Amino acid sequence: MGLFSRVRGVKAPHRKNTADRETVKMSVPETVILSMAQHIGPPCKPTVKVGDTVEVGQVVGDSDAFLSAPVHASVSGEVTAITTIVMPSGQPAEAVVIRSDGEQRVHESVVPPTVESYDDFVKAVRDSGLVGLGGAGFPTHVKLQPKNLEEVDTVIVNAAECEPYITADYRECMENSWNIVSGMQTVMEYLDTQRVIIAIEANKPDAIATLTDIAKTVSKPGREVLVHTLPARYPQGAEKVLIAEVTGRKVPPGKLPADVGCVVMNVTSVSVLAWYLKSGMPLVEKRLTIDGSAVKEPKNVLVPLGTPIKDVMAFCGGYKEEPRKILMGGPMMGIALRDDELPILKQNNAILAFAEEELLPAPSACIRCGRCASVCPMSLTPPVLATAYAKEDAKELEKRGIMVCMECGSCAYVCPANRPIVQTMRLAKDLVRKAQKKS
Amino acid sequence: MVEKNLTVRSSPHLHSGESTKMIMLDVLIALIPACIAAVWLFGWRAAALIVVCVASCMASEYLSRRVLRRPQTVGDLSAVVTGVLLALNLPSTLPLWQAALGGVVAIVVVKQMFGGLGCNFVNPALVGRIVLMMSFATEMNTFPSPWVDGVTSPTPLAPDAAGAYDLRVLLFGFHGGTIGETCAVVLLLGFAYLLWRRIITPTIPLVFVGTVFVLSWIVDGGVYEATYQILSGGLLLGAIFMATDYVTSPVTPLGKVIFAFGCGALTVLIRHGGALNEGVSFAIVVMNILVPLIEKATYRLPFGQKRGGKHA
Repeated sequence: MGLFSRVRGVKAPHRKNTADRETVKMSVPETVILSMAQHIGPPCKPTVKVGDTVEVGQVVGDSDAFLSAPVHASVSGEVTAITTIVMPSGQPAEAVVIRSDGEQRVHESVVPPTVESYDDFVKAVRDSGLVGLGGAGFPTHVKLQPKNLEEVDTVIVNAAECEPYITADYRECMENSWNIVSGMQTVMEYLDTQRVIIAIEANKPDAIATLTDIAKTVSKPGREVLVHTLPARYPQGAEKVLIAEVTGRKVPPGKLPADVGCVVMNVTSVSVLAWYLKSGMPLVEKRLTIDGSAVKEPKNVLVPLGTPIKDVMAFCGGYKEEPRKILMGGPMMGIALRDDELPILKQNNAILAFAEEELLPAPSACIRCGRCASVCPMSLTPPVLATAYAKEDAKELEKRGIMVCMECGSCAYVCPANRPIVQTMRLAKDLVRKAQKKS
Repeated sequence: MVEKNLTVRSSPHLHSGESTKMIMLDVLIALIPACIAAVWLFGWRAAALIVVCVASCMASEYLSRRVLRRPQTVGDLSAVVTGVLLALNLPSTLPLWQAALGGVVAIVVVKQMFGGLGCNFVNPALVGRIVLMMSFATEMNTFPSPWVDGVTSPTPLAPDAAGAYDLRVLLFGFHGGTIGETCAVVLLLGFAYLLWRRIITPTIPLVFVGTVFVLSWIVDGGVYEATYQILSGGLLLGAIFMATDYVTSPVTPLGKVIFAFGCGALTVLIRHGGALNEGVSFAIVVMNILVPLIEKATYRLPFGQKRGGKHA
């Protein structure tokens, strides 16, 4: 770790209030709503019908598309509806609704997979239903099958957790350290890389100590397990930033981590993978950090996938005050929800509810102070992009690198005029995409 | 269902808490030493000029926004900064009504007619000063000596005064000039404050002053002459407080260097080759106009993109 970070970013407050709250398992909800679109890529199709009896771990949705991952029942019970829900992004998606019988019977398909080769391994990863649990929801098995597999020399496990409030990955590190390391070793073995590096922000010293100890005992020449301490600076956990910080390599615009010889996996993904290989239980539950000023009992909860947010909130003692804003994810990149009926998704790691909206002043004129540009981890210059967007100049936007914007929000966080920079960047990207389609 | 009152907006949902007003306030704090020195050196007339210019700028801002039916922005303090900077650029004997006129020009013509804060392409205070110089050449070029009523003294840059002052005199400001430009020490104090508060980066002032120093050394042939040049006239005031104006300077790091070098080179050119004794204001204004071109030429490459490489 250098004194100076290789990439810019902002010193956002940490607010890791729930760091010491050990995970509690939530009671089985009455119903779960399993969205068929819990990953990047074409959505799954339901493989069950209304009236079917399902058991925990049974596949309820799957797709023929390569870029997809199956969805499994998180409770045992009866399929009561196949319906359409509106996802947090605003997109509609099919969903399987299951009424729980409270018995949590486990499906017969839940047996440890036999993994003897690379092909067995990626099939097992797909069967586990794993997607990038850090938030992106990219199907994990696709990530593990890059076109240039032989060029991949480094696996990075992302435990940065740079978003304020969220401590779900931290709890994974503290509670399931051995699963994490065993998962890391498995990935390293099947991808045949020399090293696997787990990267954690410096504000989690206990996790660093625990994992360093384990890493030392399991490392052997040619198969090294390393721990890399990152500066506690937002957004260290962003994939491109992380790779640059850990290896010094920069992923070119429009390219993938594998193009610079890296595969990046979220720490909980790695842990869940290890658990799946041991037990055969696919991804049916997820640890969430529940926090925010409107929550009575902030905590880390292990929640069956598809549980409506309001049930999770009720499990956390309900609302202290009427919530004014509910976020799916952290305050920097999370999505503000319209209601608390939405179900928990695979890639969720936090639900935050705030009583009073964090005071955000009204936007005023851009004074071109350049703070946005100086913190942009992608070296963009938002005022120039905003001007190009105002002129609807898609060509200029593309030339100036709009598509590498990852919407981390560092620019808007520091903007003294509180300009809606991220929103402008999103609209600008959309403009470029539309222009690309036309041509 | 508890959703009735939920706020839905684009991320991020956190903010640093910094505001335009706080930045302007920091600039004003950085200008306090210069204002105190101005009053100390030039007496109550200096205080009167500052008050009149600030009042004129604030009134112009308020009325412009009223007339244009735009949201009121007088509270962001940017007009106050313009007023103080304009005042510091005026000689103490200037009639107060002329100073007030300068404020009106700066705010109404240069700033609000182009859309208000952030939209002006040249520094309002500097153009206010230039308009006054053109309109009231005699009054704007009469520089009284500090502490001596009724006696004028040439600025250190006047042809007959070249090299006439001891460097210590220049450092502390006991010579003719506008009320805010003569005392180098207090301007440097303000510079230190701006750096400490991270309001500005040192690039523009250092490159600007450095360029003047090096070019003067080459032209005048000595370290004393070069030092004399950087401590004289409006250079420090301009380099620290005017050339660093966010709105009218480049946002790109390399652009700042080019911009500041241009300011320095033009200053030396005007001081040595032009009919005017002092060229800082004109140098900055000319470079202000070039900012869009400089920014275009110095745009940073996005993360991971190679120079000359195709953008994705």
